[in-house]
Amino acid sequence: MTRRLEEPDYRRRLLHEMVRIRRFEEKCAELYSATKIRGFLHLYIGEEAGAVGIMQALQPEDAVVATYREHGHALARGISARALMAEMFGKVEGCCRGRGGSMHIFDAATRFYGGNAIVGGGLPLAAGLALADKMEGRDRVTACFFGEGAIAEGEFHESMNLAALWQLPVLFCCENNLYAMGTALRRSESETNLAVKAAAYDVPSWAVDGMDVAAVVEAAERAATAVRAGGGPYFLECRTYRFRAHSMYDPELYRAKQEVEEWKKRDPIATWMATLEAAGEIDAATLQRMDADVAAEIDDAIAFAEAGTLEPVADLERFVFSERGSE
Amino acid sequence: MSGAVKTTCREALRAAIREAMQRDSRVFLMGEDVGEYGGCFAVSKGLLDEFGPERIRDTPLSESVFVGAGIGAAMNGLRPIVEVMTVNFSLLALDQILNNAATILHMSGGQFNVPLVIRMATGGGRQLAAQHSHSLEGWYAHIPGIKVLTPGTIEDFRGMLWTALEDPDPVLIFENALLYNLEGELAEDAGPVDISKARVLRSGTSLSLFSYGGSIPKTLEAAVQLESRGIDPEVVDLRTLRPLDTATIIDSVRRTHRAVIVDEGWRSGSISAEIMARIMEESFYELDAPVARVCTAEVPLPYAKQMEDAALPRVETIIEAAMNVVGGNG
Repeated sequence: MTRRLEEPDYRRRLLHEMVRIRRFEEKCAELYSATKIRGFLHLYIGEEAGAVGIMQALQPEDAVVATYREHGHALARGISARALMAEMFGKVEGCCRGRGGSMHIFDAATRFYGGNAIVGGGLPLAAGLALADKMEGRDRVTACFFGEGAIAEGEFHESMNLAALWQLPVLFCCENNLYAMGTALRRSESETNLAVKAAAYDVPSWAVDGMDVAAVVEAAERAATAVRAGGGPYFLECRTYRFRAHSMYDPELYRAKQEVEEWKKRDPIATWMATLEAAGEIDAATLQRMDADVAAEIDDAIAFAEAGTLEPVADLERFVFSERGSE
Repeated sequence: MSGAVKTTCREALRAAIREAMQRDSRVFLMGEDVGEYGGCFAVSKGLLDEFGPERIRDTPLSESVFVGAGIGAAMNGLRPIVEVMTVNFSLLALDQILNNAATILHMSGGQFNVPLVIRMATGGGRQLAAQHSHSLEGWYAHIPGIKVLTPGTIEDFRGMLWTALEDPDPVLIFENALLYNLEGELAEDAGPVDISKARVLRSGTSLSLFSYGGSIPKTLEAAVQLESRGIDPEVVDLRTLRPLDTATIIDSVRRTHRAVIVDEGWRSGSISAEIMARIMEESFYELDAPVARVCTAEVPLPYAKQMEDAALPRVETIIEAAMNVVGGNG
C-alpha cells in the first residue's frame, strides 16, 4: 500500500472527490431534463473510482486524454466545476467557450486534451503527446482513458504497437464497463480478457477492481512509476460498471435491471464510505460537512453557468484557424 | 535566370526538408519507409544518415496512429512532417485528419492549435490503377480547419514546406507524383514562398486557364500550343485549394472574360465545381462564355494505359476545352 493511502485525510479526500463527481453529474441529469444542457450527455456515475484513482498518480505537468464520458476526469484533473458547467450550458465562460459541450472538454492549464468522441480516436493523440515528451527528454506521462469498446477499433492496436515499439510514456487506462453503448463485451470480442490483448504488443498490463478506489490508486501509482522510469507504455484495465444509461437517450434494452442492481452493491462511493466508517475515519458530521461543501460548489457552478453569456454569433467562424497576433 | 541551378521537384523538396530540419530542431519527418528505404518516391533519400532515426522516423504501416501521433506531437511542442505514401492510403487516417487535426482548435475554443504538416503523393498517370492514383486534394479542400497546398512548380516544391511548417494550423501538401522528376531551374537562394495567393504563371487576354498541381505542366504546354493558334491564354496556378484565393481568380476572369478549369479530381463535387460557383457568384456578368472544365472521368482509374490516358486531363483535352470557350471550334 502506498503511504498516502494510510493517511485518513488523504482517504477522506478520495471520498470527497468521488462524491463531488457523483453529485455534479446527478445535477447534470436534472439540468438536462430541464433543457439547460443539450446534445449528448454521457454520465460516469458508478465509475468514479477510475478517474479519481488514476489522477492521483499524475503530476501537473502530465497530460490527460479522455473520452466523451469525461466529466469525472475533468473534475478529478482539476478543471473547475464552474468552467465545466458553463461549457455544458454552452456559455462563453465554459472551458471551451461553449464550442465543445459535454463531449469535448479541453483545458490547456491542466493539459487536458479532450473530450474525444470518436471511439479510439484519442489513443493516437496520446502516443503523439508522449512521443514529443520522449523526444524532448521531458519526464512526463500521458494518461489516455478509453472504454473497452475502443479495443475493437484499429486505433487501439496501432497505438499499442507504436507505443511499445517506440517505448512511449503512455499510461493506457481502459475503463471496462462491459458495454460499448449497448454492445456487451462478450458480444463484440473473441477474447474478453483485455489485458491479454495489450500483452500481445509487449505492453505490461494489469487489471484492477475499478470499483475500489484504493486498489485503483495503488495500481495507477505502480503503473505511472513504471512509465516514468522509462519503461514504455503500460496498460491498466479498470473493471467497472456504469449505473446510468449510455446517454440520456438510451432506454437500456440490452441489460437486465437485476445486473445493474448487483453492480450497485459494489458502488465505489458506498463501499469506500463503509471502509472509512469502519476505520473510524468519518462520522455523520464529517459526511454532512462533505455533502454541504459539495452542494455549495455545485450550486455555485450552476449559478456561474446561468449567469454566463452566450458567445456572439458574429464570432461563429473564429477558431477555424489560429488567430495570429493573439498568440 | 542568374544564379540558377538545374534541379528536380524531388531534389527541391528534399532540400526543403533538409533546410527545415537544420533550421528548427523541433522538426522531424515520420512515415512509412521514409528512413532506411529512402522514401517511396526517394524524396527523403540520404536524410536518415544526415539526421538519424529519431528525426527521420520510420513508422509501421499504421496511418491512423502515425498521423494521430503527428497531431499529438504538434500539440506538444514539436513540428512534425508526416509523410503518407499516397492520398489513397490517407483515407486510413481520415478520422485523425478530419475529426482531430481540423477540429481540435475549434472544439477546444481556441486553446489547442495543431501545427502539423502532412505530405502525400497524389495523382494518376503511372498505370497504378484504382487504389494508388486518385486526386482527392479537392475533396480535402472541403474541410474547414486545414490548409490544402498543391505545388505545381519547382519553386513551390522548394518553398511551400517551410511556410507550411511556420503555420500554426494543419497544412496538407499534395505532391503529384508525376512531378517529382520534373526538371527545372531554381534560383540558388530559393526559399520559402507565400502560400496564400494563386499565381499567374502566364499572362494572357483570351481566356483564363485555372490549374494546379500535376496539371500545371499540361496546362502550360496547352497554352504554348494555343498561342500558335493565335489564342493568348492566361495560366493561373491555384497553388492553394484551401483557403482558395478567390480574388486572384476573379481578377483574372475580369480581364479575360472566359475561363477553363483543369482539375485532376473527379468532376462531381470537385474543386473545379467550387471555382465555377465562385466565378458565377462574383463575376457572372463579366463572362462572355460559359465556364468550362477538364476533369478526370468519373471512373476509378483503370490500369490499361489507353484507358488511364483517356480518363485524365491531357494537353489535347485542355486545348479542346479552351477552343470551345473562345469560340474557335466552330
